[in-house]
Amino acid sequence: MTDSVTNLEELKRLAPPAELRRAPVVEGRPNLGALTDKLSAFAEGKTPVWWWVFFLPAAFAATVIFPTCLFYQVFTGVGVWGNNHPVMWGLDIVNFIWWVGVAHAGTLISALLFLTRQHWRTTIGRMAEAMTVFSVMMAGLYPAIHVGRAWFDWFMFPVPNSNGLWPQFKSPLMWDVFAVNTYLVVSSLFWFMGMIPDFAVLRDRSTTRIRKTIFSFLAMGWTGSARQWHNYEKAYVVLCGLCTLLVFTVSSIVGLDFCTAQLAGWHATIFPLYFVIGAVFCGFGMMLVILIPLRKWCGLETVITKSHIDKVAKLTLVSGLIIDYIYLMEFFIAWYSGDPYERWVFGHRLFGHTYMIMGWILIGINVCVTQLLWFKKVRSNLALLFIIGLLINGGMWSERFVIVVGSLYQDFLPANWGKYMPTIWDIGLYIGTLGAFFMLYLLFVKFLPMIAISEVKGVMPEADPHHPLGGAKKEAGHE
Amino acid sequence: MSEKIYGLIAEFDSPAAILHAAEKVRDAGYRKWDAFTPFPIHGMDKVMKLGNSLVGWVALAGGAFMFLNVAGLIWFCNAFDYPLIVGGKPMFSAPMTFVPSYIMLIMGGAVGALIGMLGLNQLPRLHHPLLDQKRFELVSRDKFILVIGAQDEKFCVTETKKLLEAIGGTHVAIVEDKD
Repeated sequence: MTDSVTNLEELKRLAPPAELRRAPVVEGRPNLGALTDKLSAFAEGKTPVWWWVFFLPAAFAATVIFPTCLFYQVFTGVGVWGNNHPVMWGLDIVNFIWWVGVAHAGTLISALLFLTRQHWRTTIGRMAEAMTVFSVMMAGLYPAIHVGRAWFDWFMFPVPNSNGLWPQFKSPLMWDVFAVNTYLVVSSLFWFMGMIPDFAVLRDRSTTRIRKTIFSFLAMGWTGSARQWHNYEKAYVVLCGLCTLLVFTVSSIVGLDFCTAQLAGWHATIFPLYFVIGAVFCGFGMMLVILIPLRKWCGLETVITKSHIDKVAKLTLVSGLIIDYIYLMEFFIAWYSGDPYERWVFGHRLFGHTYMIMGWILIGINVCVTQLLWFKKVRSNLALLFIIGLLINGGMWSERFVIVVGSLYQDFLPANWGKYMPTIWDIGLYIGTLGAFFMLYLLFVKFLPMIAISEVKGVMPEADPHHPLGGAKKEAGHE
Repeated sequence: MSEKIYGLIAEFDSPAAILHAAEKVRDAGYRKWDAFTPFPIHGMDKVMKLGNSLVGWVALAGGAFMFLNVAGLIWFCNAFDYPLIVGGKPMFSAPMTFVPSYIMLIMGGAVGALIGMLGLNQLPRLHHPLLDQKRFELVSRDKFILVIGAQDEKFCVTETKKLLEAIGGTHVAIVEDKD
């Protein structure tokens, strides 16, 4: 008895001061049952009005604007876009990189933070994975139609054909085909596998026959036995490891598409890293844009707490600082190399005639606005964070524009110079993909378990058999 | 008898309770039993002596299979079936094959992990006798359930029931196997 008292006092003495203590993953100390109710409430409840307010325009963009722009382009040709000599890569490639970028932060949150045992990720991991899956879908579309003859897309795969030709594997563009497809498949598998135990939760809670049938089918007979969990946890760790590799691989390969070209502004060894960090930075911006309204509207403020948002904002700041360093390096190397073409391109990024506004948006947002995240007051102001998230998405979009168009429109030969202006079909397709993304996301939020229910329960103190809340105290004499 | 009865089911309230109950069931010499919980319970695999899951090996096999196949495919496509000179580079070399092979290694590993997990867990299955139990629905919520299978050599309805009640199980009931 005296031992335990002194231990308790010792523990109290050693405990860190309040401001250094780790914030609880879930606020309000709900028990496991109440937590299950809370986490599955949105998927089971009545559809709120705000959901329709966002869903209908998104669905309009996805089902009307999107196919219209897509079909018009496919039937007519790439000429309907602004792409033309010398800017052969326009908004389609800009948007491709942008969407791949949005995907990366989702994988980083769900996979890398799992491997580093960050318990707070459990509540936002599923939403991050969904963001990954849907944005890779949007990303993959762009190169497929950018080739011009979309009906020949199958030439990109090593399929035996009557010409006896094979893809040319020495090109990073070819590696991209494999990278983006793998990213889509693996992130979907990861997303789906994580949901299996939660489908079982919704199956067991379902009140109507149709819900029961659908979720029984999706849960595939999951019972939650110790043997199942044992294999599941192993598979989860393996998938997390593989997804973490993908975070660093997919955007690197997209970066290689550029740096293997001889063009000034593209031909730099920093590109793979540049694209990975840019991707993650942009994705964190999107994460803020998605999390901040949804936590409020879905009644999840005690689950996705201010501390979670604060941590996402800190990660945004870190990736933003690395991006700033890379900008600095790019300009430095352009100057230090003494290469007149490099100097020309980088000079024109900020002081050129046509696209200097994009260069200054890039500096203004990615370098300057990001620094606001140093302040705790900013990180706890959700409205401001939401705006910063939106701005970062815009800033990163302009960065890709600067890289893609900025290097292409003035290459080595002045006779070759030209201008690029996106057409209404470029912009329409972008709006269409945005609509499709948000439509899929809203459907996911409404019908599937948007929070990893079993994972969140698993990191609660009630789930730890060696914690008093997990029942350890009752059998104190057992040890 | 064992054809009709699937096993005995007992309910517990906390992770610690089911962990200690599992230890006692194991010490009593039972083998065909399992614990059903809303989330994995730390230490349960040790109590059940599950060892290392084979899923990792399945994933490794899937990854290695894809890696070697894609490297072989690239050799076949660009160096054997239709030799292609690009930029004066060798027909076949490690740098050009590594990236796609490595990417497909990830694909193979991920598919292997999922298939391995499902296969080892004998999923998907359309029906399980336990899913008929009304109270079993609580296992995905906040209850912890221990089941001793009728297939076990030591299984005896009265004796096993006594044991389950003695170690603190509530709602002890017989599960029927209707298949």
